[in-house]
Amino acid sequence: MISMVAMVLIGAGALFFLAGTIGLLRFPDLHCQLHALTKADGLGLTLIGLGAALLAGSVGDIARIALICAFAALSGATCGHLIARHARRGDAEGRDV
Amino acid sequence: MTPDLIYGAAGLAVFGIGLWGAIALQDRMRRLLGLKLCSVGAGFVLIVGAWREPPAAPDPVPHALVITGIVVMLSATAAALALIRRLHDLEAADDRA
Amino acid sequence: MSEPLFLFDLLLALAVVAIAAAALLVRDAFAMIVLFVVFGLLSALAWVRLAAPDVALAEAAIGTGLTGALLLKTLHHLRARGMAGWEPGAAAPRPVPRAVASLNAGLTLAVVAGLGVAILGSPLRVTGLEIAVAEAMPLSGVDNPVTAVLLNFRAYDTLMEVVVLLAAIIVVWQVERGADAAPAPSLGPIWQGFARLTLPAAAIVGVYLLWAGAEAPGGAFQGGAMLAAIGLMLLLTGLYRPHPDHRATARLLFVLGTVAFAAVALLVAGAGRASFEYPQGHAKTLILLIEGLVTISIAVTLTALFHGREPAALKGELRHDP
Repeated sequence: MISMVAMVLIGAGALFFLAGTIGLLRFPDLHCQLHALTKADGLGLTLIGLGAALLAGSVGDIARIALICAFAALSGATCGHLIARHARRGDAEGRDV
Repeated sequence: MTPDLIYGAAGLAVFGIGLWGAIALQDRMRRLLGLKLCSVGAGFVLIVGAWREPPAAPDPVPHALVITGIVVMLSATAAALALIRRLHDLEAADDRA
Repeated sequence: MSEPLFLFDLLLALAVVAIAAAALLVRDAFAMIVLFVVFGLLSALAWVRLAAPDVALAEAAIGTGLTGALLLKTLHHLRARGMAGWEPGAAAPRPVPRAVASLNAGLTLAVVAGLGVAILGSPLRVTGLEIAVAEAMPLSGVDNPVTAVLLNFRAYDTLMEVVVLLAAIIVVWQVERGADAAPAPSLGPIWQGFARLTLPAAAIVGVYLLWAGAEAPGGAFQGGAMLAAIGLMLLLTGLYRPHPDHRATARLLFVLGTVAFAAVALLVAGAGRASFEYPQGHAKTLILLIEGLVTISIAVTLTALFHGREPAALKGELRHDP
């Protein structure tokens, strides 16, 4: 039963990753792409983390998974911010990547 | 088909792509990247050689060799990138003169 | 054999090869580096599938993370030097004669084919050295076979590896002597906050990887790479600015690992044993001592490799040179 729930969570997470990737490939400009990527991947990773935590054997493993999700969310948000910031400055200065 | 055959073929292909890049491309960064791909391909082949059917543990000696190789490749990459930066500066100075 | 895993292996192997080719062929240099990082992480994943978690950690941290940082730094340097739209080969796209191009491709194919024949001709999945390693494990002082090989059975290799790292920083400092620094990128307040939040966690993970290396995947190189990531963050946030006065300390830290490693080998040899034949019962202590000091050296050296230029090369000082 628990493993079924875990599988559903992991599958849903994978679907969010798929949606984020389609957004990255199909959306017209960088800001839309970032919008798709950061949100969908953040949610997808958290869902997969939840599923993996259900399957994990010990409290230590669950704590590690929680930490991984927290830091991935933190660095994902920071990366999105840095890329958007760089792109906006590039627009302001003319053409520079 | 077992994992070792699949990844052995992949390692061989990566090695070939890297070798071709290192001798056929003109851009310096790309040549360096080709060499790096060669080293990863060689790592694949070594690790495939160390792999055993799942209940058995793999041979740790090639693993240690590959870790050594990764660190040596990083050292070579750092030295090569310093040379690339320096060459680029000198060429830029030549162009201005 | 389970079907889904077979499919996973096949897809992962295809992705690794395709991204390797794409990284070499893509036009934009920044895209090249991003694709290279993706390639490295996927290779690390493949190595986990091949039961090599130690190597996967080293590849992800050193072969991909730090190498990617070095490549990005070089790209930033090249683009900052007046060549804003620095494009691969844009400077001098010499046309290659068709004959040379096909010769290159032919030679590559010949080498790969020879390698393939050699691999297929060699017996796969025969017993290598794992029996010998397993028999000697109780004597090694650690429980992780890869750490035992790296720091006990084949410690010579590892000593030489640390020396190679030392040589690399000497080369980088000499090559970049007197070169101007590229302007530091300004990353903004959110990055500063992120770095401050992540720094302590990265320190804990680095030391944990070093400590866990005795019985689980991890070790001096993986831990050192994690600690080097702290060094990178300190440099990029400006919390630490290299100063010429710090050179003596930096040099001391560069050689610390090598010296400790060699000193242990010499002391052990002085007691009438082979160089790395640690005395019974002290193996674990000696290995941890070496690993700890080597980790510090690795972390500082990798950070210095990222920084590049020796901090002494101030312009005013250089003019007095003969």
